[in-house]
Amino acid sequence: MTFLAVDWGYIGEHLFSDIVFEGVWMTLRLTATAMFFGVVLGTAFALMRLARAWPVKAVGLAYIWFFRGTPLIVQIVFWFFALPQVWPEWAPWNGQMSPFTTGVFALAINEGAYMTEIMRAGIQSVDTGQMEAAKSLGMTYPKAMRRIILPQALRVVIPPTGNEFIALLKNSSLVSVISVSELFLVAKLQYSSSLLYFEWLIIASLWYLALTTVGSIIQAWIESRYGAGSYGSGAGGGGVARRWLGMGVRD
Amino acid sequence: MTDSQPGTGNAPLLDVIDVHKRFGKLEVLRGITMPVAHGEVVAILGPSGSGKSTLLRCINHLEKIDGGRILFEGKLVGYREVDGKLKEEREGSIARMRAQMGMVFQRFNLFPHLTALGNVMEAPVQVLGKSRDEARETAVATLTRVGLASKLHVYPAQLSGGQQQRVAIARALAMNPKLMLFDEATSALDPELVGEVLAVMRDLAAEGMTMLAVTHEMGFAREAAHRVVFMDEGVIQEEAPPAEFFGAPKTERARNFLRRVTQT
Ligand SMILES: Nc1ncnc2c1ncn2[C@@H]1O[C@H](COP(=O)(O)OP(=O)(O)OP(=O)(O)O)[C@@H](O)[C@H]1O
Ligand SMILES: [Mg+2]
Repeated sequence: MTFLAVDWGYIGEHLFSDIVFEGVWMTLRLTATAMFFGVVLGTAFALMRLARAWPVKAVGLAYIWFFRGTPLIVQIVFWFFALPQVWPEWAPWNGQMSPFTTGVFALAINEGAYMTEIMRAGIQSVDTGQMEAAKSLGMTYPKAMRRIILPQALRVVIPPTGNEFIALLKNSSLVSVISVSELFLVAKLQYSSSLLYFEWLIIASLWYLALTTVGSIIQAWIESRYGAGSYGSGAGGGGVARRWLGMGVRD
Repeated sequence: MTDSQPGTGNAPLLDVIDVHKRFGKLEVLRGITMPVAHGEVVAILGPSGSGKSTLLRCINHLEKIDGGRILFEGKLVGYREVDGKLKEEREGSIARMRAQMGMVFQRFNLFPHLTALGNVMEAPVQVLGKSRDEARETAVATLTRVGLASKLHVYPAQLSGGQQQRVAIARALAMNPKLMLFDEATSALDPELVGEVLAVMRDLAAEGMTMLAVTHEMGFAREAAHRVVFMDEGVIQEEAPPAEFFGAPKTERARNFLRRVTQT
Protein backbone atom coordinates (compact mmCIF):
# COMPACT_ATOMS: atom_id res chain seq x y z
CA MET A 1 0.00 0.00 0.00
CA THR A 2 1.64 3.18 -1.09
CA PHE A 3 0.52 6.76 -1.12
CA LEU A 4 2.98 9.53 -1.93
CA ALA A 5 5.47 6.69 -2.20
CA VAL A 6 5.29 6.33 1.55
CA ASP A 7 5.20 2.91 3.09
CA TRP A 8 2.29 3.33 5.53
CA GLY A 9 2.31 -0.32 6.45
CA TYR A 10 5.91 0.00 7.58
CA ILE A 11 4.94 2.89 9.84
CA GLY A 12 2.15 0.85 11.39
CA GLU A 13 4.48 -2.07 12.00
CA HIS A 14 7.13 0.00 13.72
CA LEU A 15 5.09 2.61 15.56
CA PHE A 16 4.75 0.34 18.59
CA SER A 17 7.98 -1.60 18.29
CA ASP A 18 10.27 -2.15 21.29
CA ILE A 19 13.02 0.18 20.09
CA VAL A 20 10.53 2.97 19.62
CA PHE A 21 9.07 2.39 23.07
CA GLU A 22 12.56 2.52 24.53
CA GLY A 23 13.17 5.81 22.77
CA VAL A 24 9.89 7.25 24.02
CA TRP A 25 10.66 6.10 27.54
CA MET A 26 14.12 7.68 27.38
CA THR A 27 12.66 10.96 26.13
CA LEU A 28 10.19 10.98 29.00
CA ARG A 29 12.86 10.21 31.60
CA LEU A 30 15.16 12.88 30.20
CA THR A 31 12.41 15.48 30.13
CA ALA A 32 10.96 14.72 33.54
CA THR A 33 14.32 14.60 35.30
CA ALA A 34 15.66 17.71 33.60
CA MET A 35 12.42 19.56 34.30
CA PHE A 36 12.55 18.61 37.97
CA PHE A 37 16.08 19.93 38.39
CA GLY A 38 15.29 22.87 36.15
CA VAL A 39 12.54 23.93 38.54
CA VAL A 40 14.82 23.47 41.55
CA LEU A 41 17.58 25.49 39.89
CA GLY A 42 15.08 28.09 38.72
CA THR A 43 13.74 28.58 42.23
CA ALA A 44 17.20 28.85 43.72
CA PHE A 45 18.44 31.34 41.13
CA ALA A 46 15.21 33.34 41.27
CA LEU A 47 15.77 33.82 44.99
CA MET A 48 19.31 34.90 44.21
CA ARG A 49 18.07 37.38 41.64
CA LEU A 50 15.73 38.83 44.24
CA ALA A 51 18.39 38.95 46.96
CA ARG A 52 19.46 42.27 48.36
CA ALA A 53 23.21 41.69 48.13
CA TRP A 54 24.40 42.67 44.67
CA PRO A 55 27.03 39.91 44.24
CA VAL A 56 24.32 37.32 44.81
CA LYS A 57 22.06 39.13 42.40
CA ALA A 58 24.87 39.27 39.85
CA VAL A 59 25.37 35.49 39.99
CA GLY A 60 21.69 35.00 39.24
CA LEU A 61 21.83 37.44 36.38
CA ALA A 62 25.01 35.95 34.91
CA TYR A 63 23.46 32.49 34.95
CA ILE A 64 20.46 33.58 32.93
CA TRP A 65 22.53 35.71 30.61
CA PHE A 66 24.86 32.85 29.75
CA PHE A 67 22.51 29.91 29.49
CA ARG A 68 19.72 31.71 27.71
CA GLY A 69 22.14 33.48 25.43
CA THR A 70 23.90 30.45 23.95
CA PRO A 71 22.32 27.64 21.90
CA LEU A 72 21.29 24.57 23.83
CA ILE A 73 23.09 22.31 21.37
CA VAL A 74 26.33 24.18 22.00
CA GLN A 75 25.88 23.69 25.73
CA ILE A 76 25.24 19.97 25.31
CA VAL A 77 28.34 19.44 23.20
CA PHE A 78 30.31 21.62 25.59
CA TRP A 79 29.49 19.56 28.69
CA PHE A 80 30.05 16.23 26.99
CA PHE A 81 32.99 16.77 24.63
CA ALA A 82 34.66 20.10 25.30
CA LEU A 83 34.90 20.40 29.05
CA PRO A 84 36.30 16.88 29.72
CA GLN A 85 39.01 17.57 27.17
CA VAL A 86 40.42 20.56 29.02
CA TRP A 87 39.49 19.43 32.52
CA PRO A 88 39.34 15.64 32.73
CA GLU A 89 38.44 15.58 36.43
CA TRP A 90 35.50 17.94 36.18
CA ALA A 91 33.02 15.19 36.82
CA PRO A 92 33.73 14.33 40.44
CA TRP A 93 32.83 10.68 39.94
CA ASN A 94 35.76 9.16 38.01
CA GLY A 95 35.96 11.87 35.43
CA GLN A 96 33.24 10.41 33.28
CA MET A 97 29.58 11.20 33.04
CA SER A 98 27.31 8.96 31.04
CA PRO A 99 25.58 10.48 28.02
CA PHE A 100 22.28 10.28 29.90
CA THR A 101 23.61 12.07 32.98
CA THR A 102 25.29 14.71 30.86
CA GLY A 103 22.10 15.09 28.84
CA VAL A 104 20.00 15.63 31.94
CA PHE A 105 22.65 17.97 33.32
CA ALA A 106 22.76 20.09 30.15
CA LEU A 107 18.99 20.24 29.75
CA ALA A 108 18.41 21.01 33.44
CA ILE A 109 20.91 23.84 33.57
CA ASN A 110 19.48 25.34 30.42
CA GLU A 111 15.92 24.89 31.61
CA GLY A 112 16.85 26.38 34.98
CA ALA A 113 17.73 29.66 33.28
CA TYR A 114 14.25 29.92 31.80
CA MET A 115 12.60 28.76 35.01
CA THR A 116 14.53 31.42 36.94
CA GLU A 117 12.68 34.16 35.11
CA ILE A 118 9.36 32.38 35.49
CA MET A 119 9.85 31.86 39.23
CA ARG A 120 11.04 35.42 39.69
CA ALA A 121 7.96 36.79 38.00
CA GLY A 122 5.82 34.47 40.11
CA ILE A 123 7.40 35.53 43.39
CA GLN A 124 7.18 39.18 42.43
CA SER A 125 3.51 38.79 41.60
CA VAL A 126 2.76 38.17 45.28
CA ASP A 127 1.81 41.31 47.18
CA THR A 128 4.64 42.55 49.42
CA GLY A 129 2.16 42.73 52.29
CA GLN A 130 2.19 38.94 52.38
CA MET A 131 5.86 38.77 53.30
CA GLU A 132 5.35 41.48 55.91
CA ALA A 133 2.38 39.72 57.44
CA ALA A 134 4.34 36.48 57.57
CA LYS A 135 7.31 38.20 59.16
CA SER A 136 5.14 40.03 61.66
CA LEU A 137 3.92 36.61 62.82
CA GLY A 138 7.50 35.57 63.51
CA MET A 139 8.26 33.61 60.36
CA THR A 140 11.79 33.70 59.03
CA TYR A 141 12.39 34.51 55.36
CA PRO A 142 12.79 30.88 54.25
CA LYS A 143 9.69 29.80 56.11
CA ALA A 144 7.64 32.70 54.78
CA MET A 145 8.88 31.91 51.26
CA ARG A 146 7.97 28.26 51.49
CA ARG A 147 4.66 28.54 53.31
CA ILE A 148 3.26 31.87 52.15
CA ILE A 149 4.94 33.28 49.05
CA LEU A 150 5.73 30.26 46.86
CA PRO A 151 2.27 28.69 47.14
CA GLN A 152 0.79 31.96 45.88
CA ALA A 153 3.48 32.32 43.21
CA LEU A 154 2.42 28.91 41.85
CA ARG A 155 -0.67 30.41 40.29
CA VAL A 156 1.44 32.61 38.08
CA VAL A 157 4.19 30.03 37.64
CA ILE A 158 2.15 27.02 36.55
CA PRO A 159 1.01 28.09 33.06
CA PRO A 160 4.44 29.08 31.68
CA THR A 161 6.00 26.07 33.40
CA GLY A 162 3.65 23.84 31.46
CA ASN A 163 4.82 25.50 28.27
CA GLU A 164 8.42 24.93 29.30
CA PHE A 165 7.72 21.26 29.88
CA ILE A 166 6.29 20.88 26.41
CA ALA A 167 9.21 22.76 24.87
CA LEU A 168 11.60 20.56 26.80
CA LEU A 169 9.94 17.40 25.49
CA LYS A 170 10.92 18.53 22.01
CA ASN A 171 14.29 20.06 22.90
CA SER A 172 15.35 16.82 24.56
CA SER A 173 15.89 15.50 21.02
CA LEU A 174 19.04 17.62 20.90
CA VAL A 175 20.88 15.29 23.26
CA SER A 176 20.94 12.81 20.38
CA VAL A 177 24.20 14.55 19.48
CA ILE A 178 25.83 12.98 22.50
CA SER A 179 24.29 9.60 21.66
CA VAL A 180 21.56 9.39 24.24
CA SER A 181 19.16 6.99 22.57
CA GLU A 182 16.01 8.98 22.97
CA LEU A 183 13.18 9.03 20.49
CA PHE A 184 14.84 11.10 17.79
CA LEU A 185 18.12 9.19 17.87
CA VAL A 186 16.23 5.92 17.54
CA ALA A 187 14.47 7.26 14.46
CA LYS A 188 17.70 8.66 13.08
CA LEU A 189 19.58 5.37 13.42
CA GLN A 190 16.68 3.61 11.74
CA TYR A 191 16.37 5.96 8.78
CA SER A 192 20.11 5.94 8.32
CA SER A 193 20.17 2.21 7.81
CA SER A 194 16.79 1.74 6.12
CA LEU A 195 16.84 5.04 4.23
CA LEU A 196 13.12 5.37 5.04
CA TYR A 197 13.47 8.96 6.21
CA PHE A 198 9.86 9.93 5.81
CA GLU A 199 8.52 6.88 7.60
CA TRP A 200 10.78 7.26 10.60
CA LEU A 201 10.17 10.95 10.95
CA ILE A 202 6.44 10.23 10.90
CA ILE A 203 6.89 7.63 13.62
CA ALA A 204 8.92 10.00 15.79
CA SER A 205 6.58 12.91 15.15
CA LEU A 206 3.48 10.91 16.01
CA TRP A 207 5.04 10.08 19.36
CA TYR A 208 6.15 13.64 20.02
CA LEU A 209 2.62 14.78 19.20
CA ALA A 210 1.17 12.17 21.51
CA LEU A 211 3.47 13.25 24.35
CA THR A 212 2.89 16.98 23.89
CA THR A 213 -0.87 16.44 23.61
CA VAL A 214 -0.97 14.49 26.87
CA GLY A 215 1.28 17.15 28.38
CA SER A 216 -1.13 19.91 27.32
CA ILE A 217 -4.10 18.06 28.76
CA ILE A 218 -2.33 17.59 32.09
CA GLN A 219 -1.32 21.25 32.01
CA ALA A 220 -4.91 22.35 31.46
CA TRP A 221 -6.08 20.15 34.31
CA ILE A 222 -3.46 21.50 36.72
CA GLU A 223 -4.26 25.06 35.72
CA SER A 224 -7.95 24.58 36.33
CA ARG A 225 -7.13 23.19 39.76
CA TYR A 226 -4.43 25.55 40.95
CA GLY A 227 -4.54 28.37 38.48
CA ALA A 228 -5.93 31.88 38.75
CA GLY A 229 -8.95 32.29 40.96
CA SER A 230 -8.74 28.83 42.43
CA TYR A 231 -8.63 29.78 46.11
CA GLY A 232 -11.86 29.02 47.76
CA SER A 233 -13.41 27.53 44.66
CA GLY A 234 -13.53 24.23 46.43
CA ALA A 235 -10.21 22.80 45.26
CA GLY A 236 -9.85 20.12 47.87
CA GLY A 237 -7.59 17.13 48.31
CA GLY A 238 -4.04 18.02 47.51
CA GLY A 239 -0.87 16.21 46.59
CA VAL A 240 2.42 16.09 48.37
CA ALA A 241 3.64 19.37 46.88
CA ARG A 242 0.45 21.13 47.81
CA ARG A 243 0.54 19.83 51.36
CA TRP A 244 4.21 20.62 51.75
CA LEU A 245 3.63 24.15 50.57
CA GLY A 246 0.66 24.49 52.89
CA MET A 247 -1.87 25.08 50.14
CA GLY A 248 -5.42 24.40 51.06
CA VAL A 249 -4.32 22.10 53.85
CA ARG A 250 -7.51 20.97 55.46
CA ASP A 251 -7.74 22.29 58.95
CA MET B 1 -5.18 42.85 87.79
CA THR B 2 -3.86 45.72 89.83
CA ASP B 3 -0.33 45.29 88.54
CA SER B 4 -1.42 45.93 84.98
CA GLN B 5 -2.75 49.37 85.80
CA PRO B 6 -1.25 51.50 83.10
CA GLY B 7 1.66 53.60 84.12
CA THR B 8 2.26 51.94 87.44
CA GLY B 9 4.54 49.09 86.32
CA ASN B 10 8.23 49.61 86.86
CA ALA B 11 9.85 48.99 83.48
CA PRO B 12 7.76 49.75 80.38
CA LEU B 13 6.85 46.85 78.11
CA LEU B 14 7.96 48.83 75.11
CA ASP B 15 10.38 51.69 75.16
CA VAL B 16 10.95 53.79 72.08
CA ILE B 17 13.93 56.05 72.69
CA ASP B 18 14.86 58.94 70.41
CA VAL B 19 14.19 56.95 67.23
CA HIS B 20 15.19 58.41 63.91
CA LYS B 21 14.31 57.01 60.52
CA ARG B 22 15.25 58.27 57.10
CA PHE B 23 14.11 57.23 53.63
CA GLY B 24 16.89 58.62 51.52
CA LYS B 25 17.01 62.34 52.24
CA LEU B 26 13.58 62.43 53.86
CA GLU B 27 13.71 62.14 57.63
CA VAL B 28 10.41 60.51 58.50
CA LEU B 29 10.96 60.00 62.24
CA ARG B 30 12.88 62.78 63.93
CA GLY B 31 13.50 61.60 67.47
CA ILE B 32 10.50 59.71 68.75
CA THR B 33 10.49 58.83 72.46
CA MET B 34 7.55 56.85 73.73
CA PRO B 35 7.45 54.41 76.63
CA VAL B 36 4.45 52.09 76.70
CA ALA B 37 3.49 50.40 79.96
CA HIS B 38 2.02 46.93 80.38
CA GLY B 39 -1.69 47.06 79.66
CA GLU B 40 -1.57 50.53 78.25
CA VAL B 41 -3.63 51.47 75.20
CA VAL B 42 -2.07 54.22 73.14
CA ALA B 43 -3.83 55.85 70.21
CA ILE B 44 -1.50 57.43 67.68
CA LEU B 45 -3.04 60.26 65.70
CA GLY B 46 -1.64 62.52 63.08
CA PRO B 47 -2.05 63.75 59.53
CA SER B 48 -1.10 61.63 56.53
CA GLY B 49 2.64 61.27 56.04
CA SER B 50 3.48 62.16 59.64
CA GLY B 51 5.31 58.84 60.11
CA LYS B 52 2.76 56.84 62.10
CA SER B 53 3.00 53.69 60.03
CA THR B 54 6.74 53.99 59.87
CA LEU B 55 6.90 54.12 63.66
CA LEU B 56 4.87 50.92 64.02
CA ARG B 57 6.96 49.22 61.35
CA CYS B 58 10.15 50.20 63.18
CA ILE B 59 8.79 48.78 66.42
CA ASN B 60 8.27 45.48 64.62
CA HIS B 61 11.62 45.88 62.85
CA LEU B 62 9.97 45.73 59.45
CA GLU B 63 12.07 48.86 58.95
CA LYS B 64 15.60 49.47 60.20
CA ILE B 65 16.16 52.55 62.27
CA ASP B 66 18.86 55.15 61.73
CA GLY B 67 19.18 56.36 65.29
CA GLY B 68 17.99 55.77 68.82
CA ARG B 69 16.78 52.44 70.06
CA ILE B 70 13.68 50.41 70.70
CA LEU B 71 13.45 48.13 73.71
CA PHE B 72 10.84 45.42 74.13
CA GLU B 73 10.81 43.92 77.62
CA GLY B 74 14.13 45.61 78.13
CA LYS B 75 15.73 43.93 75.09
CA LEU B 76 16.82 45.74 71.96
CA VAL B 77 14.51 45.20 69.00
CA GLY B 78 16.29 44.21 65.80
CA TYR B 79 19.76 44.99 66.99
CA ARG B 80 22.45 43.90 69.38
CA GLU B 81 25.03 46.11 70.91
CA VAL B 82 28.65 45.43 69.97
CA ASP B 83 31.26 47.80 71.43
CA GLY B 84 28.66 50.48 71.96
CA LYS B 85 27.42 50.23 68.38
CA LEU B 86 24.18 48.71 67.15
CA LYS B 87 24.50 45.81 64.75
CA GLU B 88 21.50 44.27 63.10
CA GLU B 89 20.41 41.12 64.88
CA ARG B 90 20.25 37.72 63.22
CA GLU B 91 17.04 36.89 61.42
CA GLY B 92 16.08 34.11 63.80
CA SER B 93 16.11 36.28 66.88
CA ILE B 94 14.34 39.15 65.12
CA ALA B 95 11.65 36.61 64.19
CA ARG B 96 11.38 35.42 67.80
CA MET B 97 10.83 38.96 68.96
CA ARG B 98 8.24 39.63 66.25
CA ALA B 99 6.40 36.50 67.30
CA GLN B 100 5.61 38.22 70.59
CA MET B 101 4.06 41.28 68.95
CA GLY B 102 0.93 41.11 66.87
CA MET B 103 0.49 43.42 63.92
CA VAL B 104 -2.72 44.29 62.13
CA PHE B 105 -2.45 46.00 58.77
CA GLN B 106 -4.70 48.45 57.04
CA ARG B 107 -5.05 46.10 54.10
CA PHE B 108 -5.50 42.94 56.23
CA ASN B 109 -2.83 40.96 54.39
CA LEU B 110 -4.56 37.67 55.02
CA PHE B 111 -3.06 34.64 53.32
CA PRO B 112 -5.45 34.10 50.40
CA HIS B 113 -4.47 30.48 49.86
CA LEU B 114 -5.50 29.47 53.38
CA THR B 115 -8.93 29.36 54.99
CA ALA B 116 -9.74 31.56 57.98
CA LEU B 117 -8.76 28.70 60.24
CA GLY B 118 -5.63 28.03 58.18
CA ASN B 119 -4.62 31.67 58.47
CA VAL B 120 -4.92 31.59 62.24
CA MET B 121 -3.24 28.18 62.65
CA GLU B 122 -0.29 28.85 60.37
CA ALA B 123 2.05 30.73 62.70
CA PRO B 124 1.32 28.76 65.90
CA VAL B 125 2.24 25.59 63.98
CA GLN B 126 5.10 26.96 61.91
CA VAL B 127 6.62 29.36 64.40
CA LEU B 128 5.68 28.11 67.87
CA GLY B 129 5.86 24.45 66.86
CA LYS B 130 2.44 23.64 68.25
CA SER B 131 0.73 20.45 67.10
CA ARG B 132 -2.01 20.93 64.54
CA ASP B 133 -4.63 19.79 67.03
CA GLU B 134 -3.53 22.22 69.67
CA ALA B 135 -3.27 25.04 67.14
CA ARG B 136 -6.70 24.24 65.77
CA GLU B 137 -8.20 24.40 69.23
CA THR B 138 -6.69 27.82 69.91
CA ALA B 139 -7.61 29.04 66.43
CA VAL B 140 -11.25 28.01 66.79
CA ALA B 141 -11.41 29.71 70.18
CA THR B 142 -9.79 32.88 68.84
CA LEU B 143 -12.01 33.05 65.78
CA THR B 144 -15.02 32.52 68.01
CA ARG B 145 -13.86 35.38 70.18
CA VAL B 146 -13.90 37.74 67.18
CA GLY B 147 -17.32 36.46 66.19
CA LEU B 148 -16.34 34.26 63.27
CA ALA B 149 -17.10 30.78 64.54
CA SER B 150 -19.23 30.18 61.46
CA LYS B 151 -16.51 31.15 58.99
CA LEU B 152 -13.74 28.71 59.93
CA HIS B 153 -13.45 27.02 56.55
CA VAL B 154 -14.01 30.03 54.35
CA TYR B 155 -11.27 31.58 52.24
CA PRO B 156 -10.50 35.30 52.66
CA ALA B 157 -11.84 36.16 49.22
CA GLN B 158 -15.30 35.12 50.36
CA LEU B 159 -15.28 37.28 53.49
CA SER B 160 -16.32 40.91 53.86
CA GLY B 161 -13.65 43.46 54.72
CA GLY B 162 -14.74 43.59 58.33
CA GLN B 163 -14.64 39.83 58.59
CA GLN B 164 -11.22 39.71 56.96
CA GLN B 165 -9.85 42.22 59.41
CA ARG B 166 -11.27 40.24 62.32
CA VAL B 167 -9.55 37.12 60.98
CA ALA B 168 -6.35 39.15 60.81
CA ILE B 169 -6.78 40.18 64.43
CA ALA B 170 -7.45 36.56 65.40
CA ARG B 171 -4.36 35.51 63.47
CA ALA B 172 -2.25 37.90 65.53
CA LEU B 173 -3.95 36.98 68.82
CA ALA B 174 -3.41 33.27 68.28
CA MET B 175 0.29 33.89 68.85
CA ASN B 176 -0.56 35.11 72.33
CA PRO B 177 1.27 38.41 71.82
CA LYS B 178 2.31 40.75 74.60
CA LEU B 179 1.72 43.79 72.44
CA MET B 180 -0.64 44.50 69.58
CA LEU B 181 0.14 47.03 66.86
CA PHE B 182 -2.75 48.30 64.76
CA ASP B 183 -2.02 50.36 61.67
CA GLU B 184 -5.28 52.01 60.65
CA ALA B 185 -7.11 48.73 61.06
CA THR B 186 -10.42 50.25 59.95
CA SER B 187 -9.33 52.69 57.24
CA ALA B 188 -9.86 50.29 54.35
CA LEU B 189 -13.35 49.31 55.47
CA ASP B 190 -16.74 50.46 54.30
CA PRO B 191 -18.25 52.72 56.97
CA GLU B 192 -20.85 50.16 58.01
CA LEU B 193 -18.13 47.58 58.70
CA VAL B 194 -15.92 49.77 60.89
CA GLY B 195 -17.97 49.14 64.01
CA GLU B 196 -17.50 45.39 64.15
CA VAL B 197 -13.71 45.72 64.02
CA LEU B 198 -13.63 48.55 66.53
CA ALA B 199 -15.76 46.43 68.86
CA VAL B 200 -13.13 43.70 68.80
CA MET B 201 -10.41 46.27 69.48
CA ARG B 202 -12.36 47.77 72.37
CA ASP B 203 -12.85 44.31 73.88
CA LEU B 204 -9.14 43.67 73.64
CA ALA B 205 -8.36 46.98 75.28
CA ALA B 206 -10.84 46.25 78.05
CA GLU B 207 -9.20 42.88 78.66
CA GLY B 208 -5.91 44.59 79.37
CA MET B 209 -4.02 43.99 76.12
CA THR B 210 -1.19 46.41 75.55
CA MET B 211 -2.06 48.19 72.34
CA LEU B 212 -0.57 50.74 70.01
CA ALA B 213 -3.22 51.83 67.57
CA VAL B 214 -2.72 54.23 64.71
CA THR B 215 -6.25 55.33 63.99
CA HIS B 216 -8.48 57.93 62.45
CA GLU B 217 -11.36 56.85 64.66
CA MET B 218 -11.59 59.63 67.20
CA GLY B 219 -14.32 57.79 69.10
CA PHE B 220 -12.02 54.86 69.68
CA ALA B 221 -9.15 57.10 70.74
CA ARG B 222 -11.40 59.04 73.11
CA GLU B 223 -13.06 56.07 74.76
CA ALA B 224 -10.64 53.13 74.59
CA ALA B 225 -7.22 54.73 74.83
CA HIS B 226 -5.39 55.67 77.99
CA ARG B 227 -3.21 58.07 76.14
CA VAL B 228 -3.26 59.90 72.84
CA VAL B 229 -0.03 60.55 70.99
CA PHE B 230 -0.29 63.19 68.31
CA MET B 231 2.41 63.06 65.64
CA ASP B 232 3.24 65.47 62.88
CA GLU B 233 6.29 65.70 60.62
CA GLY B 234 8.02 62.85 62.38
CA VAL B 235 7.80 64.36 65.83
CA ILE B 236 5.45 63.76 68.74
CA GLN B 237 3.83 67.17 69.00
CA GLU B 238 1.67 66.45 71.95
CA GLU B 239 0.62 63.59 74.18
CA ALA B 240 -2.05 63.50 76.83
CA PRO B 241 -4.93 61.46 78.20
CA PRO B 242 -7.78 61.55 75.67
CA ALA B 243 -10.03 63.81 77.74
CA GLU B 244 -7.29 66.37 77.96
CA PHE B 245 -6.18 66.02 74.34
CA PHE B 246 -9.64 66.32 72.87
CA GLY B 247 -10.83 68.84 75.47
CA ALA B 248 -7.93 71.23 75.43
CA PRO B 249 -5.31 70.51 72.78
CA LYS B 250 -2.18 72.50 73.55
CA THR B 251 -0.60 72.89 70.15
CA GLU B 252 -1.85 74.78 67.14
CA ARG B 253 -1.15 71.74 64.94
CA ALA B 254 -3.32 69.50 67.09
CA ARG B 255 -6.13 72.03 67.05
CA ASN B 256 -5.94 72.27 63.27
CA PHE B 257 -5.85 68.50 62.96
CA LEU B 258 -8.87 68.04 65.23
CA ARG B 259 -10.79 70.71 63.41
CA ARG B 260 -10.18 68.92 60.12
CA VAL B 261 -11.07 65.42 61.29
CA THR B 262 -14.19 66.46 63.15
CA GLN B 263 -15.44 68.33 60.11
CA THR B 264 -15.68 65.19 58.00
N1 LIG C 1 9.48 52.64 51.99
C1 LIG C 1 9.46 53.98 51.87
N2 LIG C 1 10.32 54.60 51.05
C2 LIG C 1 10.33 55.95 50.94
N3 LIG C 1 9.52 56.76 51.60
C3 LIG C 1 8.63 56.22 52.44
C4 LIG C 1 8.55 54.79 52.62
N4 LIG C 1 7.58 54.54 53.51
C5 LIG C 1 7.07 55.74 53.87
N5 LIG C 1 7.70 56.75 53.24
C6 LIG C 1 7.42 58.17 53.42
O1 LIG C 1 7.53 58.46 54.79
C7 LIG C 1 6.56 59.40 55.18
C8 LIG C 1 5.77 58.86 56.34
O2 LIG C 1 5.05 57.74 55.91
P1 LIG C 1 4.08 56.93 56.85
O3 LIG C 1 3.49 55.85 56.02
O4 LIG C 1 4.81 56.51 58.07
O5 LIG C 1 2.98 58.02 57.20
P2 LIG C 1 1.62 57.85 57.97
O6 LIG C 1 1.66 58.78 59.10
O7 LIG C 1 1.39 56.40 58.27
O8 LIG C 1 0.58 58.34 56.90
P3 LIG C 1 -0.87 57.80 56.53
O9 LIG C 1 -1.81 58.38 57.52
O10 LIG C 1 -1.09 58.31 55.15
O11 LIG C 1 -0.81 56.30 56.58
C9 LIG C 1 5.73 59.70 53.96
O12 LIG C 1 6.19 60.90 53.40
C10 LIG C 1 6.02 58.55 53.03
O13 LIG C 1 5.94 58.95 51.70
MG1 LIG D 1 0.06 54.93 57.56
